[in-house]
Amino acid sequence: MNSDDDHLSVKDVTLSFGGIMALNDVSFGARRGEILAIIGPNGAGKTSLLNCLNNFYHPDQGSIFFEGHDLTRLPPYRIAQLGIARTFQHTALYTGLSTLDNLMAARHIHMRAGMLDSLLYYGRARSEDIAHRQVVEEIIDFLEMEHIRKSIVGALPHGLRKRVDLGRALAMEPSLLLLDEPMTGMNLEEKEDMARFILDIHDRRGITILLIEHDMGLVMDIADRVVVLDFGTRIAEGPPDEIQRNEAVINAYLGKTDIR
Amino acid sequence: MGVPRPAGEFDTSYARDMATIRQPWQWWLLFAFILALYGLPFYASQSTVSLVNRIAITIIAVQGLNLLTGYTGQISLGQAAFMTTGGYISALLVNQAGWPFLAALPLAALGAGVIGLIFGLPSLRVKGFYLAMATLAAQFIIPWFTRNAFPDVLNGAQGLNVQSPVLFGIVFNTPQKYLFLSLTVLVLSTVVAHNVSRSRLGRAFVALRDHDLAAELLGMNLFKYKLQAFFLAAVYAGLAGALAAHNIRHLNSETFNLNDSVVFLGMLVIGGLGSNLGPIFGAIVVELLIEFATLFGPFFITLFPSTAAGAVQALRPLFFGITLMLFLIFEPRGLAHRWQLLKAAWRLRPFSH
Ligand SMILES: Nc1ncnc2c1ncn2[C@@H]1O[C@H](COP(=O)(O)OP(=O)(O)OP(=O)(O)O)[C@@H](O)[C@H]1O
Ligand SMILES: [Mg+2]
Repeated sequence: MNSDDDHLSVKDVTLSFGGIMALNDVSFGARRGEILAIIGPNGAGKTSLLNCLNNFYHPDQGSIFFEGHDLTRLPPYRIAQLGIARTFQHTALYTGLSTLDNLMAARHIHMRAGMLDSLLYYGRARSEDIAHRQVVEEIIDFLEMEHIRKSIVGALPHGLRKRVDLGRALAMEPSLLLLDEPMTGMNLEEKEDMARFILDIHDRRGITILLIEHDMGLVMDIADRVVVLDFGTRIAEGPPDEIQRNEAVINAYLGKTDIR
Repeated sequence: MGVPRPAGEFDTSYARDMATIRQPWQWWLLFAFILALYGLPFYASQSTVSLVNRIAITIIAVQGLNLLTGYTGQISLGQAAFMTTGGYISALLVNQAGWPFLAALPLAALGAGVIGLIFGLPSLRVKGFYLAMATLAAQFIIPWFTRNAFPDVLNGAQGLNVQSPVLFGIVFNTPQKYLFLSLTVLVLSTVVAHNVSRSRLGRAFVALRDHDLAAELLGMNLFKYKLQAFFLAAVYAGLAGALAAHNIRHLNSETFNLNDSVVFLGMLVIGGLGSNLGPIFGAIVVELLIEFATLFGPFFITLFPSTAAGAVQALRPLFFGITLMLFLIFEPRGLAHRWQLLKAAWRLRPFSH
């Protein structure tokens, strides 16, 4: 449910593609500084929801408020500049750039050098690059990516690419972080690393995190609250232990292997 | 991050890490190479100097295309049309308005840039094949304009005779003198292209090329950067066009044509898209190839006497086409990539067997 001091507030959002209702009158709020998990079977509308937050998908109706801004009225790049960063279910890195430059590219929103500065690369453009490099190096250290700092990311294995994706989002220093299945396709060890990173980020920076994840055990471990979607409808919302016992949730997952 | 160090130390170490050329001897080598180029008139034949002039100017045009197509991933078939634009602007300013060349050249570049930006507008809506078609329009509209508009100024299909540049009382009317101009602009254009590629702007360009959706959702205004890329590419074309026009001293709607636009793309593929060495390698290789085809022509006729004389002319596109095919099959990342591999192997030298 929504309350007035929510960091992010989604109200009555409906989104359809032709005949398919990807989101049907979905409402929920994310409190400042919490980890809110969004779960649901395949095709439930989780990614579509994130895309609406980015205003990449335009809801048919409803409103989305973040720190007083109506996100449905802003272009995607402006939304990022407000402090919303995200990772992608199918990693969407800048494959031709190194890990370092992927993160530097994410510092974009905090940099001021214009076209002329870049052409001359003297004074502002250069000193700005050096200053931001320091922030980026801290993130590289934090995510234990020193060894791939200069590697072109297109050639990295899946697990590391997921990590660069997270690093890139972190480099934006967001106040709201959207994570779309950051652990899919990882082995157990990689998953544990990732979970540790997410918890660390949350502890250190106190940012609000929206986490889409299929691994129910993991969700129960790290989420403060859970929102459950099924066929585009929000069927439950609450703390993890309640969700686990929720009748509607169990039914939605019945016969599916997702819940563990 | 280990032991905290004073910020100054970070700054110098990051600055050093960011530097392109790290060893003093590399600076000296580069310097000597450039000096040797400037000194060409003292030890090379006139035809060699002319060829180097042409290659230098071609590299500038291809560098612009590289910023747009190589770095930003926006294909363009209009680069020669923007050369035409720059050429006409500079020629008119110098011939008709009596402007000094040094003032006309930047204005030609800017003028071409603005026209390039206008023809880049379709990129906001379409990509790939459709964008290629849209930029192709420039290649029809601009020459049509120079042929048919303001005949008393542009002189129709006849075109213009273009004056030699005058700088500080010196008339640049021989290939030897002109080399100074074309090399100087080339050095500047290379430095600027390098700056773009390592700066905020260049990272935005590559982000847009590699994943436009992610780039947009992560805070980049794609419209702005696409238009800036089209603008910059056309600025480079404008410079190249003006330089070429004042060099060959004549200009009409066909001086820079669709064939050139296509060859520029081929040069970029052969040299290496999205690398600063790409345009340099590509333009040199293709220009030398064309030169070779011209020299090889008479020999070809002695080998196959029955060949029509026209077929010899046809050798150039044939050589170009075959080379392009071979690169696309065996090294689509171009010579610049080969060069990187070679350098890496060299650095690992003691361990590489
Ligand atoms: N661009 C689109 N065009 C048409 N249909 C779409 C589009 N994006 C999503 N959909 C549809 O909307 C529904 C929700 O998809 P979405 O990707 O949001 O699900 P999800 O919960 O993220 O699933 P998964 O767990 O498989 O990632 C699906 O039926 C999907 O086919
Ligand atoms: Mg999804």
